[in-house]
Amino acid sequence: MELLFEFLTTLKNTVVDVLPILSIILGFQLLVIRKPIPHIKQVGFGFIYVLIGLALFLLGLEKALFPLGKMMAEQLTAPEFIHAGQEVLTAIHWSDYTWVYIFAAAIGFSTTIAEPSLIAVAIKAEEVSGGAINANSLRISVAIGVAVGIALGSYRIVVGHPIHYYIIAGYVVVVIQTFFCPKLIVPLAYDSGGVTTSTVTVPLVAALGLGLASTIPGRSPLIDGFGLIAFASLFPIIAVMAYAQLTEAKARRAEKKSEKRIQDKENKRNSK
Amino acid sequence: MNNQFFVFLKALLGSCKDLLPIIVVISFFQFAVLQQPMPNIGDILVGLALVVLGLTFFIYGLEMGLFPIGESMAQAFAKKGSISWLLTFAFCLGFGTTVAEPALIAVAKEAAIVAASGGIITDTIESQLSYANGLRFTVAFAVGFAIVVGVLRILRGWPIQYLILGGYVVVVLMTMIAPSWIIGIAYDSGGVTTSTITVPLVTALGVGLASAIKGRNPMIDGFGLIAFASLTPMIFVMIYGMVIS
Repeated sequence: MELLFEFLTTLKNTVVDVLPILSIILGFQLLVIRKPIPHIKQVGFGFIYVLIGLALFLLGLEKALFPLGKMMAEQLTAPEFIHAGQEVLTAIHWSDYTWVYIFAAAIGFSTTIAEPSLIAVAIKAEEVSGGAINANSLRISVAIGVAVGIALGSYRIVVGHPIHYYIIAGYVVVVIQTFFCPKLIVPLAYDSGGVTTSTVTVPLVAALGLGLASTIPGRSPLIDGFGLIAFASLFPIIAVMAYAQLTEAKARRAEKKSEKRIQDKENKRNSK
Repeated sequence: MNNQFFVFLKALLGSCKDLLPIIVVISFFQFAVLQQPMPNIGDILVGLALVVLGLTFFIYGLEMGLFPIGESMAQAFAKKGSISWLLTFAFCLGFGTTVAEPALIAVAKEAAIVAASGGIITDTIESQLSYANGLRFTVAFAVGFAIVVGVLRILRGWPIQYLILGGYVVVVLMTMIAPSWIIGIAYDSGGVTTSTITVPLVTALGVGLASAIKGRNPMIDGFGLIAFASLTPMIFVMIYGMVIS
């Protein structure tokens, strides 16, 4: 009963969030395009499904994942866990936080796999590319990018380097890759940076960043707590382009091999 | 009916697979690293069931409602041939979906508290509110602008890399002259703008436009709108920071 009430509240909030989008779509459809929406019944039901789905999803996250994930981020960054067994705390060393980096990477990877907007883009990309881009491979590459990004971002908070060196270095890598990777993937790769950080990833990652910045001496949560999201949106771009480069290289090698095989056969036939 | 049930069951199974990594990671850290029992296991199981169900409904509705409406509107605008209406729609979509975005409202509020405690703005509720609202409208305007530029790019067939890489150069240059307290917030604001409903809609709009216009490739020209929407807020928020200080 209580669950139902909570669900209705979440549903109401979701509907309120969607209202601006809905009114823009309806306004333009009725006043500018002035044609009935094709398959209106199906589209309407689709919208209702999306709203119900999103409300259930958010409620479930709020109930199960967020409290647990946030608690874990706090416990893993707490001094009692990091410096367990150390009698006198002399200085912090970046390697004391190994579990934090592993947690950051693991939670970044797994939340990205469950990110609904990434699923949407991956479905569309597979459809548009006629199957040349596999939705699951795309999602896994993006997730690897987020994992590396958040782990590196946590390392940055621990050692206290300024954020823009990392971001600018990342941009340089993106620029270089753009010139060498297959042209078809470039826009999709750029998109994947913005897509990764939404409903599931942001709250958990923010908790990790704040936990780290508030427990490490000399870091301020106000300055160092921000910025993990920037890491999580930069590295997927690199990862997706790398995935395309790898697939292309593999295809080229396979092509060469089969060409060679055909040539060998022909040579044999000729020598006979 | 039976067939539909089967499809639903299959989708449900797919959602379970999507969620499996999170479950593995959380249990591993809880049991093996932190070595603690799972707290209120009943709540967690109910929550997980809701998440699986929600994800299934969302993806189902996505292909039934969000994708088709985005594409049919793109095609209707392309047929109508009025560029100014299309650009107005693009701006409204970007601005309207961002200005009410809960994640952005939360970040703006937090940023206002930071700014007040740092002495950038006076420590009163009114000045905090006006700062937070200023930030919100800046980001929303930036996203509206981004979608307009992105749609223009699709219409004209401009190559995306020069626009995005040029934007990066602007971000780097601005980082050097913008006040340091705005940089972290500016970098993060690019990531929070794109919500779960905006992304599929905008993607469908781009792909729909690129497939309706002759000579455009939906793969090369259709994607990229979201990339603009995550880039321009960084630039605009840094400008906002410079104007304020």
